[in-house]
Amino acid sequence: MPMDGLGSVAAWAEIGRLDDIPRQGARVVATMRGDVAVFRTADDSVFALDDRCPHKQGKLSQGIVHGHSVTCPLHNWVIGLKDGAAQAPDQGCVHRIPARLMDGRVQLDLS
Amino acid sequence: MNMIAPQRLRLVVIGNGMAGMRTVEEILARTPHRFHITVFGAEPHPNYNRIMLSPLLAKEKTFEDIVINGHDWYEQNGIELIAGERVVDVDRDARVVHGERGTARPYDMLLLATGSDPVIIPVPGKDLPGVITFRDVADVHAMLDAAGRGGRAVVIGGGLLGLEAANGLALNGMHVTVLHLMPTLMERQLDPTAGAMLAADLERRGMTVLCEANTKALHGTEHVTAVELADGTLLPADLVVMAVGIRPNAKLGRTIGLICNRGVLVDDQMRTSDPAIFAVGECVEHNGLTYGLVAPLWDMAKVCGDAMSGVAETAYLPSVTGTKLKVTGIDMYSAGDFTADDTTEEVVFRDPARGIYRRLVMRDDRLIGAVLYGDAKDGGWYFGLLRDGKQLGDLRDSLIFGQDVALAAAGVDPNAAVAAMDDAAEVCGCNGVCKGAVLGAIKDRGLTTLAEVRAHTKASASCGSCTGLVEGLLGLALGEGYQAPVGEPAMCKCTPMGHDAVRAEILAQELTSIPEVMQTLGWGTEDGCHHCRPALNYYLLCAWPGQYVDSAQSRFVNERMHANIQKDGTYSVVPRMWGGLTTSGELRAIADVVDKFGIPTVKVTGGQRIDLLGVKREDLPAVWKDLNAAGMVSGHAYGKALRTVKTCVGSEWCRFGTQDSTGMGVALERMTWGSWFPAKVKLAVSGCPRNCAESSIKDFGIIAVDSGWELSVGGNGGIHLRGTEPLAKVETADEVKEYCGAFLQLYREDARYLERTAHWVERRGIAWVRERAVANPAVRRALHERFLFAQGFAQEDPWAERVADKTASEPYRTLVPAV
Repeated sequence: MPMDGLGSVAAWAEIGRLDDIPRQGARVVATMRGDVAVFRTADDSVFALDDRCPHKQGKLSQGIVHGHSVTCPLHNWVIGLKDGAAQAPDQGCVHRIPARLMDGRVQLDLS
Repeated sequence: MNMIAPQRLRLVVIGNGMAGMRTVEEILARTPHRFHITVFGAEPHPNYNRIMLSPLLAKEKTFEDIVINGHDWYEQNGIELIAGERVVDVDRDARVVHGERGTARPYDMLLLATGSDPVIIPVPGKDLPGVITFRDVADVHAMLDAAGRGGRAVVIGGGLLGLEAANGLALNGMHVTVLHLMPTLMERQLDPTAGAMLAADLERRGMTVLCEANTKALHGTEHVTAVELADGTLLPADLVVMAVGIRPNAKLGRTIGLICNRGVLVDDQMRTSDPAIFAVGECVEHNGLTYGLVAPLWDMAKVCGDAMSGVAETAYLPSVTGTKLKVTGIDMYSAGDFTADDTTEEVVFRDPARGIYRRLVMRDDRLIGAVLYGDAKDGGWYFGLLRDGKQLGDLRDSLIFGQDVALAAAGVDPNAAVAAMDDAAEVCGCNGVCKGAVLGAIKDRGLTTLAEVRAHTKASASCGSCTGLVEGLLGLALGEGYQAPVGEPAMCKCTPMGHDAVRAEILAQELTSIPEVMQTLGWGTEDGCHHCRPALNYYLLCAWPGQYVDSAQSRFVNERMHANIQKDGTYSVVPRMWGGLTTSGELRAIADVVDKFGIPTVKVTGGQRIDLLGVKREDLPAVWKDLNAAGMVSGHAYGKALRTVKTCVGSEWCRFGTQDSTGMGVALERMTWGSWFPAKVKLAVSGCPRNCAESSIKDFGIIAVDSGWELSVGGNGGIHLRGTEPLAKVETADEVKEYCGAFLQLYREDARYLERTAHWVERRGIAWVRERAVANPAVRRALHERFLFAQGFAQEDPWAERVADKTASEPYRTLVPAV
């Protein structure tokens, strides 16, 4: 059984195909913890973050995706997709949800 | 019973302003663990930058922008902040501070930083509602409230504070009169010539300036209604702002028995007559002087920090200060003493056509005073010479022409002066940043641009007068690695090229996609950023109509979603209403959509159409479908696109109308809708010079007269009100369309992304625009034809496309995890 670093059991849930997410874009996924933004970057990596900017709760799913970052549509905070951290000089962090690609299908660890 | 002595001393600070918190920062920098710190603040806010209240009033900054230390700073440093509670007493024997709500805190050391109070001139009516001062955030809110109701404001005081208040109120739409007792505005900072130039500039911005105006009384019963001057003049007023000066707030100091004169007396270490109590900032009096500018506060904070943390015994030495008026668009700087006498010589430079004036006063080969008006970018450099009392020598001859010319003429390496500065020397007076801090940040964080230094250190981020110095430090730190911006600034961090250069290369090398542009022009990032991608998308769209495939992912959310995102993540939807006309059928369909989708707010816009606010993302395609079915299309209220064509009713109904302005508006909107621009574009057509459609503040404004149509361009009703400038006068409706198409196409092809027509026309000059857009009939026709050609591809309703195409509507849907 897959385990994450904290020792709890991972619960991978499928949310759709990679092609459901536009390249350099994102989709919103409704989960128990609220809306999650699932990003697909130019190099076809997938990342998932809570869909709330740490600044003013802007919908990160609606931002411009560049490199492995997204720019919040409300006030242009740039958030790193790998760690959810705001790019300096802004400070803040958004919760990251483990995401992976299995045979062209996108899965999130919603444990 | 507590027999264990506390490990840390208890420091209580009274006053949560700039001086107090700066001193706390200095103490923490020296001895992070010496004190348990408690801060009392009368205002219910964290510590903010008081000198930025003017940009706050002018709505150029938000409160968050001007906060220096947010709540997290207090938490991280273990500081207890008691905000919103005034201190009423200090028991010096028991060493306890008492707040007005009963909070008590014992102290070992006390810091008084109670600041200053605005001076209220003792005239009848001074206590009436509607009479306020300009000192804190609450005053700014009171002014914005009053401005929201419109009407007339009278500002008493033509100094720094008064003029910044006046400017802010005028920007917020009030009719403003400035009253000044002296013959010259800002007479402590400006000589009569510069003062007169300033008055003329303010009047050009719509303010009335009355000098030698002595206020006798304020009239009104429930609320102030008028200001009466000594000569009997009665000025109607809905708001009166007193900004005649400040005086130290030494009330608490006096109450608790500290020795006070005008302010709380302090020695060279900022210690009061009670050795356990220190004081800093505008509440103090040192060697007979009191203070009202920010720079001395930083020096006091350092000295006081040394003494309170016990690391050094330094002494406060008053220094000269420079001042700059924070009115966007008015560039002035003054420092030192500029009253001429037998022992001084002065050099004056005037360039009336460019509105530039400089006056330098020297004594014994040293600069002692400087007044700059119209171009103040060398203010920081002159100030440095003046403060350091530097012998001018070879610099003297070309000093008046500014830093670049003077240093080159004297054969001095511009970097040498910067290099010679002490690490502790202050670079940015507004934010109290020293040379060492700037260099440290450049080194530690790998900064390479002015913008980065501003973001990380705040140096040069407020008034900007030290920009030259900061650039000098970048040059010093990075050597050849620092590319000073020449001409047009870089587009973004991904490329050193400017917008114009990138655009020229797109055409010259026939680049047809964003990746191709980035690859060919050597972008520094993989796939750009939120600055360059939308710009490139627009430039390519404009360059290759019909061929370029729009990159939805390179558009801002609103243009990608074809709706305006709101702060709660819902969207607003605005259907087009041609020329502001609608029908019962359209209104009925809108009403049905509102009911069907539970749309919470319906608002009539300034552009003569209807805004549906609070639509959920998933509902957008269905909302559009219903609107489409009733014959409505997207209003592009979300785009850098043609927004509205506002009209009056014109000759069809109005007894003053000279032409069919509504019909003209509809025809123009049919011609221009769907077009993309560097920024939003608004048109208006008025049927007579009464101008009910407000044509004179639009990007392209039309006013009908008996003999034809007057066309004018480059207007803007936003933060900086700008009237249109005349483009041409034409006779026929076809000419109106051709001139309009030609102007819009030139704007599309020449302006930089996000540059409104107002800024573009200002940068290019109206003569250039006339010459290039309309003067030559063949050029004009060619532009118009290029516009129409592009329109052939642009006039597809984006809503209908997304309703019809299932994959296009897919991104609006929320996904659900499979369980």
